[in-house]
Amino acid sequence: MAQDTIDAEISGTQGDTPGQSKVEIRQVSKAYGDEWASESVIESLSVEIMPGELTVIVGPSGCGKSTLVNLIAGFEKPDSGEILLDGSKVKGPARDRMVVFQETALIPWQTTYQNIVFGPKLRGDLKGKALRSEAERLLDKVGLGEFKNKYPLQLSGGMQRRAELARALINNPRIMIMDEPFRGLDAMSRGLMQEFFLRLFEENRRTNLFVTSEIDEAIFLADRIIVLSNRPAQVRKVIEVNLPRPRDYKMLSSEEAYAIKRDAMEILHEEAMKSFKSGTKSDFAEAYAKSGQ
Amino acid sequence: MSRSIEAPTGLSMFVYRFKKSLQTPDPYLTIFGVGLWLFVWWLLCEGLRVDRFDKIPGPIAVFTELFARTPFQGISIFTPEYYEHILVSCRRIAIAFAIATGVGVPLGLFMGWSKRIRDYAFPILETLRPIPILAWVPLSILMFPGFEAPVIFLATLASLFVTTLNTMLGVDSIDEAYFRAAGCLGSSNWDVFKHVVVPGALPYIFTGLQISIGVAWFSLVAAEMVSGDLGLGYLIVDSYMNNVTVPMVIGMITLGFVGWITSVMVRALGNWLMQWHVKALALQGR
Repeated sequence: MAQDTIDAEISGTQGDTPGQSKVEIRQVSKAYGDEWASESVIESLSVEIMPGELTVIVGPSGCGKSTLVNLIAGFEKPDSGEILLDGSKVKGPARDRMVVFQETALIPWQTTYQNIVFGPKLRGDLKGKALRSEAERLLDKVGLGEFKNKYPLQLSGGMQRRAELARALINNPRIMIMDEPFRGLDAMSRGLMQEFFLRLFEENRRTNLFVTSEIDEAIFLADRIIVLSNRPAQVRKVIEVNLPRPRDYKMLSSEEAYAIKRDAMEILHEEAMKSFKSGTKSDFAEAYAKSGQ
Repeated sequence: MSRSIEAPTGLSMFVYRFKKSLQTPDPYLTIFGVGLWLFVWWLLCEGLRVDRFDKIPGPIAVFTELFARTPFQGISIFTPEYYEHILVSCRRIAIAFAIATGVGVPLGLFMGWSKRIRDYAFPILETLRPIPILAWVPLSILMFPGFEAPVIFLATLASLFVTTLNTMLGVDSIDEAYFRAAGCLGSSNWDVFKHVVVPGALPYIFTGLQISIGVAWFSLVAAEMVSGDLGLGYLIVDSYMNNVTVPMVIGMITLGFVGWITSVMVRALGNWLMQWHVKALALQGR
């Protein structure tokens, strides 16, 4: 039920140093299904998301990346273990952890402008002229100044993602969580969005968790890459990406980038093969049914 | 994008749209369709006088009577009775539709939003819903005094089920992501209800209302046929009883037109309230 998501306590505490927060995921497990047929999605996962870093999580598809996002965002609760934001336990969704969703979650019955001011307006922490000028600033920043009175469905895919970035940023979150945000964009817009997002990140280095299934995207963006295993998700490897910032696309063809890619691809391929082999008949039937939706 | 052409306003916009539509096949197809239908009706009843159809008034008989200053069978656009029947039916529909919407929309919203309210109300709704409206006629006559209340009750009941169910499905149809986004932004439950649940369910609500006003009309007429003193349903069955078939057909045609107008009104209100939806559909060329 929709209501259950928000029944959890909603708290909006703000740290002294917005964007410089640390997230610790300690021994977190999560399973779904009935007791006799429960399927473990995440098992004893421990990860640290360092302040001011762009941490990218990669893993084979269906490995539990989105579940991890839901746990950190507070949409779901872990079965065991805990998630700490600057030392205090995460209890539910709040404005200090903004999520940019897979497919756009801009509210279609609000214009771009209304979407962006939605959060501050509800909470009442930014009002009147200050709110308007901040919204205008962010709209210009993401290049949507002219489109502020359009509805989301009138925007292109890339514009929608940028509007969503602006909607998250106006809340000045402690951490940004990006759940495969550029999925579904064509290659061209995707490349442009990655560069745009990098510039945005490099400007103020806000703690950022970025989930993707594309290794090139991960290397291009990340300070650290966390490679997850097949279901149940566990950390297979943590890779430091020491490419200089500001980044540009040419760095992807450097020797170091290649080394990282080889390294990560090997693990991902191995994990993907595992899930392929473990796929039973019913798995395929289920996947097939889902693909039709 | 060139902005040099200014959009026409008001009447000139209407004229522009009208001229534009004459360049598409749509109006000609409509005229042809209606013409064909009238021709077949005329052929069956007046042209060939097919057996059993010869007792039914054809289009010529109906329209000469409808526009006659002194109609043979009592009902035309010049007789005040005609308007009285329309007015009475419309008033009943207005009341029934208002009650059904006023109760059904909030009920459906809450049922969609809260699992607990759904658990209470849904089984009862689902049990009562399949009972045909005509089966309620005896009960409504026993429960309510006079002519007016039972008829309105029946029409209300029929459209209440449709409105409630569609509204509930409307809330179900809202993408979970919007609830999550709202949760992140720090909305309270009431904010979510106001800004996500209600607007998100609107397209379904208005689909429901269009069906519900249609359902209200046909249950009203059924009710007027059984228990009534005035109204279009009464006009139809009363004419039949008195062996005057032309007013019967006039009643039916009028009913069709009035029903059509009411659902156009509901649709227009919906489009006006849901600009975001209209614009999204327009992008898909609809």
